[in-house]
Amino acid sequence: MTDSVYHIGTQDLPLTNRVNQIPEKAVEEYYTSGHRTCQGCESALIMRLMAKAAGPRTIILGSTGCMYVANTTYYSTPWVVPWMHTQLGSAGSAATGTAAALRALMRKGKMKEEPINVIAFCGDGGGVDMGVSSISAALMHTQYNLLIICYDNESYANTDIQISGSSPWGANTTFTPPGKKIRIMYKNWKKNIAALYAVGHTKCNYVATGDASYPADLIDKVRKGLKEPGPAFIHTFDPCPKGWDYDPFYSHKLGELAVESGLFPLWEMTNGELTYTGVSARHVYGGRSRKPVREYLETQGRFHHFIEEDYQYFQSEVEKMWTDWAMPGVIPFKLGADPSKKK
Amino acid sequence: MATVVDQKGAGVELLTGSEVMAHICRLADVDVLTAYPIRPYDTVMQFVSKMIANGDFDADYIPAESEHGQFEVVKHASACGARVFTGSSGVGWLYAMEPLAVTAGLRLPMVALVGCRALDDPGAFGTEHNDALLVRDLGWMINFPSTAQEVVELGLMSYRVAEDPRVFLPCAIAMDGAFLTHSQATVRVPSQEQVNEFLPPYDRGDLLLHPDNPITIAPQANEDWLMEIRRQSSEAGKNAYTVMKEVYKDYSRIFGDDVNPFLEEYMTEDADVVLCGMGTLALPVKVAIREMRKDGKKVGLVRLKWVRPFPTDELRESLSRFKAVGVIDRDYSYGSPYHGGILLNEVKAALYGSDKQPHMKGFICGLGGREVLLEDVKSMADEVLSIANSGKADNDVRWVGVRGKQ
Repeated sequence: MTDSVYHIGTQDLPLTNRVNQIPEKAVEEYYTSGHRTCQGCESALIMRLMAKAAGPRTIILGSTGCMYVANTTYYSTPWVVPWMHTQLGSAGSAATGTAAALRALMRKGKMKEEPINVIAFCGDGGGVDMGVSSISAALMHTQYNLLIICYDNESYANTDIQISGSSPWGANTTFTPPGKKIRIMYKNWKKNIAALYAVGHTKCNYVATGDASYPADLIDKVRKGLKEPGPAFIHTFDPCPKGWDYDPFYSHKLGELAVESGLFPLWEMTNGELTYTGVSARHVYGGRSRKPVREYLETQGRFHHFIEEDYQYFQSEVEKMWTDWAMPGVIPFKLGADPSKKK
Repeated sequence: MATVVDQKGAGVELLTGSEVMAHICRLADVDVLTAYPIRPYDTVMQFVSKMIANGDFDADYIPAESEHGQFEVVKHASACGARVFTGSSGVGWLYAMEPLAVTAGLRLPMVALVGCRALDDPGAFGTEHNDALLVRDLGWMINFPSTAQEVVELGLMSYRVAEDPRVFLPCAIAMDGAFLTHSQATVRVPSQEQVNEFLPPYDRGDLLLHPDNPITIAPQANEDWLMEIRRQSSEAGKNAYTVMKEVYKDYSRIFGDDVNPFLEEYMTEDADVVLCGMGTLALPVKVAIREMRKDGKKVGLVRLKWVRPFPTDELRESLSRFKAVGVIDRDYSYGSPYHGGILLNEVKAALYGSDKQPHMKGFICGLGGREVLLEDVKSMADEVLSIANSGKADNDVRWVGVRGKQ
């Protein structure tokens, strides 16, 4: 069969729909003991839910970052499915290479044909900064079934908590510490990465945001991303006790507050249609109002240098996103008026 | 491009080095290839893509977004059991330096074409060997074909040795940009049957990344284990040398070319002195030698086909037969011992402690693709002859064919 018409199918994994359906799958774990992530690490939870959602016929590629160094120490591994390290900027390339090998070998009769999930994960360093080029390329290749998951703990948390393109405005990191003269060392607004990938890759069928505080939503998004033919991308929001400076007890709560305050809306884009999910759906389509972002900020040591005007500025930017953007958390501009009718 | 050869027997074709490499990819039934444009290596991908478009070759062919992506993609494909091919030139090859290092560290077979090109800045298209040689300490095997015909031999050998489980290392085919990548010559292209007999399928064995074999590849090792892993890579490099000797017997049997695996010697039987170098330099050197022989000057050539693994024993044995040796580098190594080129210092190191050491003179020439003229070769050979006659040599390295004071 020639290259141009050959397509391997994808796995049709059932959706969980409701959180009370997850316990039925509780015994199926493909990311288990053998790692040494921090207490309260939400990224580790993302790994567990991701692997659980994907199941045993899966290959996982992991970029350098927390989920490499803290997960896989030589002679020990939490991965029950095949797993391979890839470089910091290579999540997209790793997924592409793996999917290409499977496709070529199956087409040429060198490997038994079956749908095998290919997932590459990266942190915000690998997904928002260095790896953008490789992920962008991967999302162009419609002939390859693959899923890229960016677990975003908003800093280079494995190295020493340094600022990344995904860090929030004003955060205290080891590269942006508040000082006697400058209180706010980091003045950039968090990069709108999932939307960047969704908008920029018009043949990519599935892009979503997720949060381990909403596990049923996340599992279903992973399964939808794997089921859709072609490449897919999921951006998760992962509270990090070490990097964000809070008691690990609050990880789940912070994940909820980020969504409830409207700071990190949950959505999914499937085949050209974007819908908000969970709490964010209620924010957008009606039924629930957003919480102020202040409780979220005050729980974390990385914002302890904030003064009143900083809280207000932060809230005003969130408000702007919800009132001025064409789509909150997705499209940061609106269609302007017809220039021929302008005075 | 010339027509695809008859599948039954070896056919003679007029082909460039890059075209020959594309045929080798087809004959080796490569599964995954990645391309990114940079001159002069990229001609191979132009030929490959045409073969695929015409249905002469079945592979997943991916134009990548950068050299980094290009090499990472095939690295991961190789881990899943796919036979792979890629390549680059000059600063493109350096853009891929991270994947180049980890591919060797992972012990993943990968065959890559380096269309040797000067490194920027200033920008230059012409050949220099520094790009290819930059991976010589990382576990890459590196060969330097001197003719389009030799691309057949070294191309097939690269796959056979790289994919041998005793080796499992990547291999670079370093082709002089323009002089070999773009120059046509008549080439005997082997038949599919011959190649099938020589090249077994790539079998990753129990290292295959597949759900049936759920292994974890490349966890963080640190000081607990890294030194043992490095030692294993070193042993793999040593194995490459012995595997190569073994495999060349197969090569000679199947293709009927009885060749020396590591060195080419030209008019060395009665030579007093030899010039020693790599790649397409051999062509002007051979012509100059033939002309000098008419004047009774007993000059020969010893050409290295492989620089990794370095043929230490063969080179010691060969060069000890001569009174003096001139080593020609088409590269530079600023600040190195006596400011010599990379090859000079490697050859000197190989001969250190040898019972019979010839006088050795270093030359640097042909940088940036500058043509090495017959008069350049003759001036080098004459200098080596005078060293042989006088028995006196210094460690100065001479730049040949360069403007300015010598």
